[in-house]
Amino acid sequence: MTFNGWLLVAVVAALVVAMARPMGAWLFALYDGRALPGGAVERGVYRLAGIDPGEEMGWRRYAVHVLLFSFAGVLLTYAWLRLQGALPLNPLGDKALDPHLAMNTAISFVTNTNWQSYSGESTMSNLIQMGALTVHNFLSAATGVAVAFAVVRGFARREAGGLGNFWADLTRVTLYLLLPASIVYALVLVAGGVPQTFAGSVVATTLEGAKQTLVLGPVASQEAIKMFGTNGGGFFNANSAHPFENPSAWTNLLQMLSIFAIGAGLAHMFGRAVGDRRQGWAIFGAMFILFVVGAGLAYWAESSGNPNLHGLGIPGGNMEGKEVRFGIAASSLFAAITTDASCGAVNAMHDSFTALGGLVPLFNIQLGEIIFGGVGSGLYGFLTYCVLSVFVAGLMVGRSPEYVGKKIEGREVKLAVLAIAVLPLLILSLTGLAAVLPAGLAGLNNKGPHGFSEILYAFTSVVGNNGSAFAGLTASTPFYDGLLAVGMWFGRFFVIIPVLAIAGSLAAKRQVPAGPGSFPTTGPLWVGLLIGIIVIVGGLTFLPSLALGPIADHLAMVSGKLF
Amino acid sequence: MGNDLRSAIRPSLVILLLFTVLTGLAYPALLTGIAQFVFPAQANGSLVRRGNTVVGSELIGQGFASARYFHGRPSAAGKGYDATASGGSNLGPAAQGLVDRVKVDLKTVRADGLTGPVPADMVTASASGLDPDVSPETAYAQVARVAGARHLAVGVVRAIVDAAIAEPLAGVLGERRVNVLLLNRALDAAANNRQAGPAGAQPAA
Repeated sequence: MTFNGWLLVAVVAALVVAMARPMGAWLFALYDGRALPGGAVERGVYRLAGIDPGEEMGWRRYAVHVLLFSFAGVLLTYAWLRLQGALPLNPLGDKALDPHLAMNTAISFVTNTNWQSYSGESTMSNLIQMGALTVHNFLSAATGVAVAFAVVRGFARREAGGLGNFWADLTRVTLYLLLPASIVYALVLVAGGVPQTFAGSVVATTLEGAKQTLVLGPVASQEAIKMFGTNGGGFFNANSAHPFENPSAWTNLLQMLSIFAIGAGLAHMFGRAVGDRRQGWAIFGAMFILFVVGAGLAYWAESSGNPNLHGLGIPGGNMEGKEVRFGIAASSLFAAITTDASCGAVNAMHDSFTALGGLVPLFNIQLGEIIFGGVGSGLYGFLTYCVLSVFVAGLMVGRSPEYVGKKIEGREVKLAVLAIAVLPLLILSLTGLAAVLPAGLAGLNNKGPHGFSEILYAFTSVVGNNGSAFAGLTASTPFYDGLLAVGMWFGRFFVIIPVLAIAGSLAAKRQVPAGPGSFPTTGPLWVGLLIGIIVIVGGLTFLPSLALGPIADHLAMVSGKLF
Repeated sequence: MGNDLRSAIRPSLVILLLFTVLTGLAYPALLTGIAQFVFPAQANGSLVRRGNTVVGSELIGQGFASARYFHGRPSAAGKGYDATASGGSNLGPAAQGLVDRVKVDLKTVRADGLTGPVPADMVTASASGLDPDVSPETAYAQVARVAGARHLAVGVVRAIVDAAIAEPLAGVLGERRVNVLLLNRALDAAANNRQAGPAGAQPAA
């Protein structure tokens, strides 16, 4: 570990704090339905689509519209991918995708997962990267933020029947936040060296006279929204480790910050929406502490390096699967951030991390990606933990369970537990299945406990809608494409539906003024309780699987046992 | 429920279509237009040319095998530095395959005369397989071999490496590193200047 490394962690942490308020203000203006410049475009969209932006939707209607919209997105994307060979802007002549891969990829991008069973540079044409995939980088992100808005309205409104209008939320988030920010961000990335062209490739003659085909394309436009919308699906197979996606230390810094930007802003926005900014800062504080601890652990583990290489006369940190321009600090930090959020972009190969260094991203996803989290999904996931925590606090100290002025009752707690339980249920059962079936074991790149980690990481990643991978696993088989798609779809919507139901139930309730019997949901005691509940409820469920994977891997690594 | 579903059909289809045009076609097209105009070099891949020939991209590592050139890191991209197949080895920390591969690379490194600890990046595969950089230590470790193969003084080659080191931005952001392609170009340029002789010496390109 170096001084510069810790300085980087400190700088990123400070900038995340600094971003929260301005991003929160921007998001609040969208949440609040304020008129913004460019309203003519917004109104034009509503007119064409037959939308009445003032129509209040109850939680059921909101959920049905989210589901149908997402399902339509899957069908359209599937069609794009199956027709690729017949479509223009395909300079490298990429062919149509197999049905299982097309289905997996369509669900992957629509659910904001961006798991990629394919290598972008050799599979996807420029038209598909833009017209089929970049679109869902915007729309799945906007859907996440829209759902978060609806959920926040459930907490903020009193005796209300509606949670807002899905189409208005979606349109406003896309037009006033994602699109303008991506334009500026993408141009900055181009300045830093990220290509943006419709050309397919350039053939170079290397200094030694060999031919090297350099794949180019509209990379920057995809890269910007890939990070800002916590999508994470790379233009190239190596993702943000590829020098064309992430050319330098400063583009890397920007990418890390852009993963957290909306998540940090939403935490702050929550406080404004419920009329008590301290509520937002309490959530922010718990997220922040979990982030710093995870990043620190990963950095420590990677700096400690691999004893198996130390024994060969190669001292120092673990550089396998890392880029020189990022080094160990920026690679570990990126890994923590991309899994705190549901981004899933990688600037180093998590598969080659030390056992404990790889445990951190895995565990981050297993907590539910609520550490700033995916755009929108981070906040609504976190709020389920808040509901659960006031309930537990009520049991422990006999206080009446209330949160931001709303009485939390049996229905909300049951729904919150449902939303939280979906993760371990899906992850562990699907992992178990793949770990015993020959088709599951066929895809492994590593033997021993690390092979198990590859399977566990894959299902954790897709159910959490993260998309990063222990990428040695060969997932482009009907078996994996199918099971992973199941994980992505249910991991997304079996959280969204109960969470919207909680919001619907809360919106209808009266405001209860805080009394002497209320458990305070601001301040260090609350933050500590939240962290405790998150780590115990979210994390402990997975401990046995972690013991079989990364922990066993660690013991093998330090004792020199090779597989 | 039925009513909820029916009312979702038209907005779903129209919004999908509209935003496909807006974010999937208009946005990347607009950006390509601006980028090609304002940052043409970067937007087209930061290409490095010798005369009219493209010899590579400043950002993408390429394979070097000759003793006369500095070598980059081991690459897992295709058969090595294949820019159509980026990726890492994805070998775990306790993989037999990792240790075996490193042992082979160590033999080569030791044969070049390196004694003492080996820089970690020198024998580990990068994440992209296209890492354009090595650490300064890895470059210095090859100076003796390159100088020998080119019949140059060690001090001359060492000075070329010194000049090629990129420092962290503002002294703190990023790692100290050497771009292997640019280093090898500087090496070629220096060699050409020497061949041209003192009379016909030309300024380094």
